[in-house]
Amino acid sequence: MSPGLLRYAGRRVLQAVPLLLGILTLTFVLMHLAPGDPTATYLTDNVSPEVVEQTRARLGLDQPVPVQYVKWITAFATGDFGRSYVGGEPEVRQVIGAALPNTLLLGLVSLVLIFGVGCLIGVIQAVRQYSVSDTTLTIGSLALYSMPGFWLGLMLQIAVSSGWWPDALALPVSGMIDVRAHSSMTPMQQWLDVARHLVLPTVALGLASAAGIARYMRGEMLEVIHQDYVRTARAKGLSERRVIFRHALRNALIPIVSLLGLYLPALIGGSVVIEKVFAWPGMGLLLYDSVYARDYPVVMAATFLFGALVVAGNLVSDLLYAAVDPRIRHE
Amino acid sequence: MSEASPARSSPASPWAIARRRFLGHWQAMLGLAVLIVLGLLSLLSPLIAPLDPSVDLANRLQAPSAANWLGTDDAGYDMFRLLLAGSRVSLLIGFLSVGIAITLGTVVGAVAGYAGGRADALLMRIVDLFLSVPRLVLLITAVALLRPSIALIVIVLGLTGWMGVARLVRGQVLAVREREHVLAARALGYRPLRILFRHILPNVLTPVIVAATLGIGNAILAEAALSYLGLGVQPPDTSWGLIIFSGQDRMLDAWWITAFPGILIALTVMAFNLVGDGLRDALDPRHAQ
Repeated sequence: MSPGLLRYAGRRVLQAVPLLLGILTLTFVLMHLAPGDPTATYLTDNVSPEVVEQTRARLGLDQPVPVQYVKWITAFATGDFGRSYVGGEPEVRQVIGAALPNTLLLGLVSLVLIFGVGCLIGVIQAVRQYSVSDTTLTIGSLALYSMPGFWLGLMLQIAVSSGWWPDALALPVSGMIDVRAHSSMTPMQQWLDVARHLVLPTVALGLASAAGIARYMRGEMLEVIHQDYVRTARAKGLSERRVIFRHALRNALIPIVSLLGLYLPALIGGSVVIEKVFAWPGMGLLLYDSVYARDYPVVMAATFLFGALVVAGNLVSDLLYAAVDPRIRHE
Repeated sequence: MSEASPARSSPASPWAIARRRFLGHWQAMLGLAVLIVLGLLSLLSPLIAPLDPSVDLANRLQAPSAANWLGTDDAGYDMFRLLLAGSRVSLLIGFLSVGIAITLGTVVGAVAGYAGGRADALLMRIVDLFLSVPRLVLLITAVALLRPSIALIVIVLGLTGWMGVARLVRGQVLAVREREHVLAARALGYRPLRILFRHILPNVLTPVIVAATLGIGNAILAEAALSYLGLGVQPPDTSWGLIIFSGQDRMLDAWWITAFPGILIALTVMAFNLVGDGLRDALDPRHAQ
């Protein structure tokens, strides 16, 4: 890392702090907009007023709002998200800790699909501009781009469950592991098991965004292909493959890196619905279950962490961009 | 581009060129045709295909046939009529929420760009903040804490959809505010609000229209996702997302309940995207092919 990049990284990390504080505040405001207070759903109707008071005191709800706010911020800053309202009151940190890696796994694999497939299709289209395959792919990506991801997931489930789906390609339609067989598998088989469960959610989550990237990549490639240095590379007698992949693609990829930050919120937001469709035990499913259970501490912590994930993702995307394009650091 | 007043005398005014380019854009025309047909069907559906509210159990879960083109759901409703009823809610939410979003985005962007300085810095940080929380997460949390209703969905979709417009308008205002016609208006002593509305904002109209068109598609997708989770539109109202939600338990034997609303959503969103792309190509000479 060059000193310039390091300075830029430091500045960007500092900029993320007020953003995280803002997300915390937004979550706090949302919670206090809710009518009544959490004890109303937390306790059943037939408890004595004393118990209600005790519970309010235990949850800190009897204190003035500014005090609650400061406590909330300091607690979250130290990673203390409080206790869940349900099922033996486990620490929210543990509940989240169990779900977060699964969401990250799904998200990262989807990102690879989005950028890998998206860029590949975009390049193919640009190289064969106005051909039949270009037009077909353009219409196909526009259709995919307009589809609700969760609905695509449901259609995939119907397709995989139908009689004409080849047995050789059988795929699980829900969950993350084969619950009955997983514990008796070798580590290699366990990985494979998770990988097979990942296929459909990844496709449902990533395909629409991949189509978006493909549309963008096609335009970028078309612009780059007509640059002088690409013509020079051709004139030198380099093979077409080398011209496209070594000279054109590398430069077209630079602006694509900045799209990472643009697609990340959609990807993370989309994972909420996709996890519900495929019963994938991640943050999205946790948020959904907690909403129905009125488990406010988990809802709040999950909302905050979704925001923090986006902030972190944007940070990484900006740093990547600065690393591949030195001009950015000196703005 | 000069002021946004249509110059009727000259046939080659920017607006005439844009209109001709838009009308010659076949993808945009296709999208517009889909939207017009859908809009008419949706508006007229109480007259041409009203939803019979009585549950017809003898007729439930019928596959698509001559009597029920798109089949029936598990309460015996004709899917075609149900989808039209749902289209009214889905489209209404799309249009209203984007109305809120572009109003809010235009105000914030105009104030930030025109005032500059601290106000600008603060407003742009708020934009960053709202861009950091995924829309669907904020929707779910808001609906969970308050109570799901069409009004709340519209408001929250509006409150989570304005940031792009704000950035767009701010950028345009910054670009336009030092132009001669604005300086002239200022030299004439016009009030800032008049300058903003009469001399600056007309210049940002076109990119905002494009953003609004694309925004409607996004809002429809967000509403569908929310309703699919059971946290959006509530019965007896219906929307495309809610129909998918209601069909998913019978998905494997009655695929048409789940499949058709999704196809309709994709078709509608695609039509809005096509029209949006066409408008952009027509209004922005640099994007023209």
